[in-house]
Amino acid sequence: MGRKRKNRNAAIVGIGQTVYSSHREDQNQVEMVHEAVRNALDDAGLAVGDVDCIVHGNMELFEMQFQPDLWHSLGLGALGKDVFRITTGGTTGSSLVCAADNLVASGLYDTVLAVGMQKLQEGNTTGGITNMSDPLWFRNMQTGALSGTSAQAVIGEFGEERGRRAAIHYRIMMDNHAMLNPRAHRKLGLTYERADELMKTSARLVGDLRLIHMCSQSDGACAVVVASEEAARRAKTPPVWIRDHVEVHREETFTNLFGFVRPETTQRYAARKLFGRNGITDPVKYFDVFEMYDPSAWWGLAWLREFLLLEGDAHLRMLEEGKFDLDGDLPVNPSGGVIATNPIGATAMLRVAEAAMQIRGDAGEHQVAGGVRHALASGFGGTFWTALIMLEKDLEWEMP
Amino acid sequence: MDGGADKEHCFVVEARMALPNEYFAGRTGSRFLTALRDEKRILGVRCPSCGMTFVPPREYCERCWSKIAENWVELEKEGEIVAHTVVRYEDRHLPKKPPYILALIQLKGADTPFPHIVEGVDPAYVFPGMAVRAVFAKVPVNTLMGIDHFEPL
Ligand SMILES: [Zn+2]
Repeated sequence: MGRKRKNRNAAIVGIGQTVYSSHREDQNQVEMVHEAVRNALDDAGLAVGDVDCIVHGNMELFEMQFQPDLWHSLGLGALGKDVFRITTGGTTGSSLVCAADNLVASGLYDTVLAVGMQKLQEGNTTGGITNMSDPLWFRNMQTGALSGTSAQAVIGEFGEERGRRAAIHYRIMMDNHAMLNPRAHRKLGLTYERADELMKTSARLVGDLRLIHMCSQSDGACAVVVASEEAARRAKTPPVWIRDHVEVHREETFTNLFGFVRPETTQRYAARKLFGRNGITDPVKYFDVFEMYDPSAWWGLAWLREFLLLEGDAHLRMLEEGKFDLDGDLPVNPSGGVIATNPIGATAMLRVAEAAMQIRGDAGEHQVAGGVRHALASGFGGTFWTALIMLEKDLEWEMP
Repeated sequence: MDGGADKEHCFVVEARMALPNEYFAGRTGSRFLTALRDEKRILGVRCPSCGMTFVPPREYCERCWSKIAENWVELEKEGEIVAHTVVRYEDRHLPKKPPYILALIQLKGADTPFPHIVEGVDPAYVFPGMAVRAVFAKVPVNTLMGIDHFEPL
């Protein structure tokens, strides 16, 4: 297998988010995209003329619109620029950042603008997502993120009482974080005192997956500016270095129809590969914050073990002991995560953007105290796409 | 055998997709539609730095990125045909019964044309530069069909 090698360093120098809401009737898609682009350029202190290339993406068909990148040109500032469209389902936002990293690190472009968007309320997500699976073999089993399997797996391993309590603990922790994030879409004001009640009264979706556990449907867009080391000096914000990233994709094990042995998850595979080639043996100790794409409280819970290369019930113990809280050893999703805010084509980029804001130290009320030097961000998409991205405050590592 | 491929006993899985969707017109687009419907006025936005007047309106100037959404100007209800075609096939999604003329029309005072329907002239006699005026819908409509069609002056 070929080795990945960067020609030069790439950094995030601008971050732009829109308002997130269940309905953005006040803007059409072009105007919403523009809000994120404008905010990212203003944040970087750059003009649209400083951008060499644009990568654009959203979840295909979720607005029931073909080739939205063409329509969005005016909002993107794409006039006369090279533009690529990238769409990898829920992972889209992180794939856009990975692509921008590659485009800059390769030396092809000095400054790349990555833009992810979604207006879920304009379309019909079920219509789009059902089309994802092979109609002859798998379509009847296709559910997207609305799946009870992770709840079943957690409960099967740790029992009903501990499993359900951990999932609701995770959910309330996320809401506590979202309450501090002015941009978070859903802020419910949940408290741990309400855990017992929520475990029983929230509407059941599939098995032990309840409405309270599930991610939101949001309208919104996010943009980041990625620049080379030299171009980064022109920006007014301090650079956040993209140290390395990995993307993993596996379709046929969605339902594991072909095997009886559960394969290694794409989350663990991605973490093993990325940390391995960067010489990171203890990710819990190394990273100061983790922005994780958590489509539901159950998946978030289960994936912490995978991403952090933990064994047994180590992730549950860490959760129960508050280690993932905003003031814990490894804060997870200070932003409130995907359960709070989920404009899908932008969601995975939000993970990277929020992690970068943590490194810059300007996240605001949900800023991790004590300074963040090493941040991790993940993306997740339909057929178990997993993206994992490492961000650094300082240029002090050896390139892999 | 056709094209050299053996296609005997090969199944085709039949499928049909529904594409229900909405379009959020936004504040700027909605202002245009409201003026058309309630006041029978056609509004555009003008960029103060480029001097360009855009119809349909947009929040930002595509040339200089100035915010122009509030720089409303009223346009004349007359303009000229920039280009046209004739719709001759019939389908239930079409706004009019074919054949009808679909034209790009640039109103006086506007720098951009927008598409609409031209009636009251034989398609054979339509030409670029032909002067036309807007005929408004008799009942309120929440789309561009607030103008029912254009007709020759
Ligand atoms: Zn202008």
